[in-house]
Amino acid sequence: MFTTFLFYALSTVLLAAAVGVITVRNPVLAALCLILAFVTSAVLWLLLEAEFLAIVLVLVYVGAVMVLFLFVVMMLDINTTTLREGFLRYAPVGAIVAGIIVLELGYVIWFRSEGLPMNRLLVPRDSSYSSTEQLGQVLYTQYLYPFELAAMLLLLAIVAAILLTLRHRPGIKVQDVSAQVNVQSRDRVRIVAMKSESE
Amino acid sequence: MERLYLAIVLFPLAAAVLAGLFGRQIGRAGAHSVTILGVGISFAMSLLVLKAQWFDGMAAYNAPVYTWAVVDGVTMNVGFLVDRLTALMMVVVTSVSLMVHVYTIGYMHDDPGYQRFFSYISLFTFAMLTLVMANNFLQLFFGWEAVGLVSYLLIGFWYTRPTAIFANLKAFLVNRVGDFGFLLGIALILMATGSLDYATVFGKAPEISGQTIELWPGAPWSVMTVACILLFVGAMGKSAQMPLHVWLPDSMEGPTPISALIHAATMVTAGVFMVARMSPLFEYSDTALSVVLVIGATTALFTGFLGVVQNDIKRVVAYSTLSQLGYMTAALGASAYAAGVFHLMTHAFFKALLFLAAGSVIIAMHHEQDIRKMGGLRKYLPITWLTSLVGTLSLIGFPGFSGFFSKDALIEAVGHAHRVGATYAWLCLLIGVFVTALYSFRMYFLVFHGPERIDAETKAHLHESPWVVTVPLVLLAIPSVIIGWATIAPVVYGDYFGSAILVREPNNVLGELASEFHGPWAYILHAFTAPVPYLAFAGALTAWYVYLRNPGLAESVRRRFSSLYTLLINKYYFDDFNEKVLTRGSVGLGNVLWRFGDVVVIDGGLVNGSARLVGWASQVSRQLQSGYLYHYAFAMIIGLAVLVGWLLLGA
Amino acid sequence: MVTLSHYMTLSALLFTISVAGIFLNRKNVIVLLMCVELLLLAVNFNFIAFSRYLDDPAGQVFVFFILTVAAAESAIGLAILVVLFRSRRSINVQELDVLKG
Repeated sequence: MFTTFLFYALSTVLLAAAVGVITVRNPVLAALCLILAFVTSAVLWLLLEAEFLAIVLVLVYVGAVMVLFLFVVMMLDINTTTLREGFLRYAPVGAIVAGIIVLELGYVIWFRSEGLPMNRLLVPRDSSYSSTEQLGQVLYTQYLYPFELAAMLLLLAIVAAILLTLRHRPGIKVQDVSAQVNVQSRDRVRIVAMKSESE
Repeated sequence: MERLYLAIVLFPLAAAVLAGLFGRQIGRAGAHSVTILGVGISFAMSLLVLKAQWFDGMAAYNAPVYTWAVVDGVTMNVGFLVDRLTALMMVVVTSVSLMVHVYTIGYMHDDPGYQRFFSYISLFTFAMLTLVMANNFLQLFFGWEAVGLVSYLLIGFWYTRPTAIFANLKAFLVNRVGDFGFLLGIALILMATGSLDYATVFGKAPEISGQTIELWPGAPWSVMTVACILLFVGAMGKSAQMPLHVWLPDSMEGPTPISALIHAATMVTAGVFMVARMSPLFEYSDTALSVVLVIGATTALFTGFLGVVQNDIKRVVAYSTLSQLGYMTAALGASAYAAGVFHLMTHAFFKALLFLAAGSVIIAMHHEQDIRKMGGLRKYLPITWLTSLVGTLSLIGFPGFSGFFSKDALIEAVGHAHRVGATYAWLCLLIGVFVTALYSFRMYFLVFHGPERIDAETKAHLHESPWVVTVPLVLLAIPSVIIGWATIAPVVYGDYFGSAILVREPNNVLGELASEFHGPWAYILHAFTAPVPYLAFAGALTAWYVYLRNPGLAESVRRRFSSLYTLLINKYYFDDFNEKVLTRGSVGLGNVLWRFGDVVVIDGGLVNGSARLVGWASQVSRQLQSGYLYHYAFAMIIGLAVLVGWLLLGA
Repeated sequence: MVTLSHYMTLSALLFTISVAGIFLNRKNVIVLLMCVELLLLAVNFNFIAFSRYLDDPAGQVFVFFILTVAAAESAIGLAILVVLFRSRRSINVQELDVLKG
């Protein structure tokens, strides 16, 4: 009972937050709505007994990604007044298309899902079940290669992000170590022939 | 023997190539020598062939020389069929060609295109020989077209003259109309028998004679009739039968030697030869033979009428040729093929003689061709006068001369034929005899007798032509006199042609008449029992009276019958019809197709239109690439919705 | 009682909201990126739900990787956004039409 009530309450908040993301004027508020959405969904995942991922969602997504979003939003000097024109003009069309998609998805879920355990009710697991352990057991054995690849992907993302946004400001005195190492004697010393002073 | 035949055909070709391509290097003397040598050798060898075929009784030679292609079971060869008919044609062609070659040395003496002319007439000899020696339809057609081509080249020999160019194009186009029918006929024969080879086709003729073809649904026609009529359309074009006769008078624009060679003796007789050669086919179609008969007779009479009002010496002889071709065709139509070919042979000699004599007169008169400006020339041009007289007597059928034998045999055969249209034809031919005598002697009297109407300047230079001109005249006069008498027995009433010509029993008029033939002398006497010689004498007498005794009569007759005269002068308005209706019509059609069909539909609609369509389509499609991210995302979402919807509804 | 269909419906609704956000938003590239995050969140929901109801840890592993990739992608996306802002001084999506046909 409680779980059902919790589910419905949290779902409502989640959907409201999602709508908020796309409708509020201020981008900072939009980011905050998104954070609310993530946190709510973390709780819902706890209901589904996926603790590890729920915590990871909060830590990684909210803690890192959304913070990054907020940094960017704050950094860019955005003019908020011009941002909302045209929304209402296209709203009907958008609503229609969205409606069609929802109806199709609903149709599939409720009427065409043979072979799936749509009506099964959950039996809560006992306290010895640890999703972390379950995840770990599969992740480092069956899915080792994808795991390593994911690591590479993250490295790639770091390099790419830095490379994209790095800019050299002219006039800054900075040491270029590779240039220092590659220097040759002829760049530093010039031998000039001079007669000796003695007569 | 095959080498002999190849030599006969190829020597003139080699000579033509040498004279044509190397004319400047070998000079005038070289050109005429090499071509006369080539044709002379051909002539000598043709005589050998004739001797072998007739006197030694050699069997007909029918073999391929070279297989050009085999397409879908149809073999296309170059081959020779040399039988009695071929041998006769070969001798006629080469002898007249040789005479014309020698004559040309004199006639074209001052002409800058001397070597070109010799090359062309040698080339013509080659083409004509290929035609008569062919053993299959394809080679026949090749020869047919080649003679048409050389005729075009020669009529327009003086190509800077606009009338010459008009004439040669007219000749070629009218011939083309005939050739179209000819080709359709060959195609039909190919379709019916599956072969182009004479022997195969003739062998299958009895089988095909019962077959029918539906030219349009619901109307079956006999295959043999349709094929023969189509082949005859080709003959109509080449042998200038009405209504495709219009090119022959205009072809007089060419030099006189070729008028003699091509438009009297050889090319125009190709049609007659072809029908005789195809006698195994024509014999199975009475309808086609009736058509041939009627058209031939009509041509004979009506072109004869036109000859009476002509004032150009060559035109008179041209219309005379048209008329005589009509006679030959009528003979063929009456199933008297031997008589038709016999007349072809005698006609070749005396008509070539008449043309060459006319040419001699023309040279003497410094290229004056109007007979109203001649008169009394017999004093100045004795040899030309005498040979002309011989030719004219032969033409009208004076008893004893060659023309008499062939014409009489012919007219009697037509009279005895039981075919539809035979009576009409016989009447036409009879009246034609009178008309022939009338115009022939009109021309003769106006040119050689009577008061002199010659221009003073020309009269001062009037003298007989050189020996290169007069010797051929004499050499042609000889057969014009004696060959009829000598050869009528075997050729017409005997078995000369043998298996070369097929005549089925019910049609065999000559066979019936042969029983009454008792030799040439008896024949002459027998002829006086028929109206023919009397009509000829009457015609000559009328001409003598009108043009020598009572010259004013011609003028008053003309004024009385002025509308008839206008009709004749305008050649029954055939030329006007062709020019105004057919030519302008075609040009108009071409214009419409150009302006509307080509410019509007093809250029505007298809070519430019497709370009414009592409442009318009890309203008429209360009709107899809707005550059906005949300448009692209939207497109993706819509696509997704559609796809999922389709899968759901379809599944 | 909460069944799989409820979770799937929730996921579908979330997905739809974020899709609507992508094409209704014409002015702010940042909101665009945030909608992309929402998309991924919806998909993650689906995976976790299925993993729980079908007793298969593969779903959770997949979510793990999706989280990784999403983090990387948002980092790079924001980097691009920063560079874009530096050159164009605006984050208006309607001004980004240089690739117009």
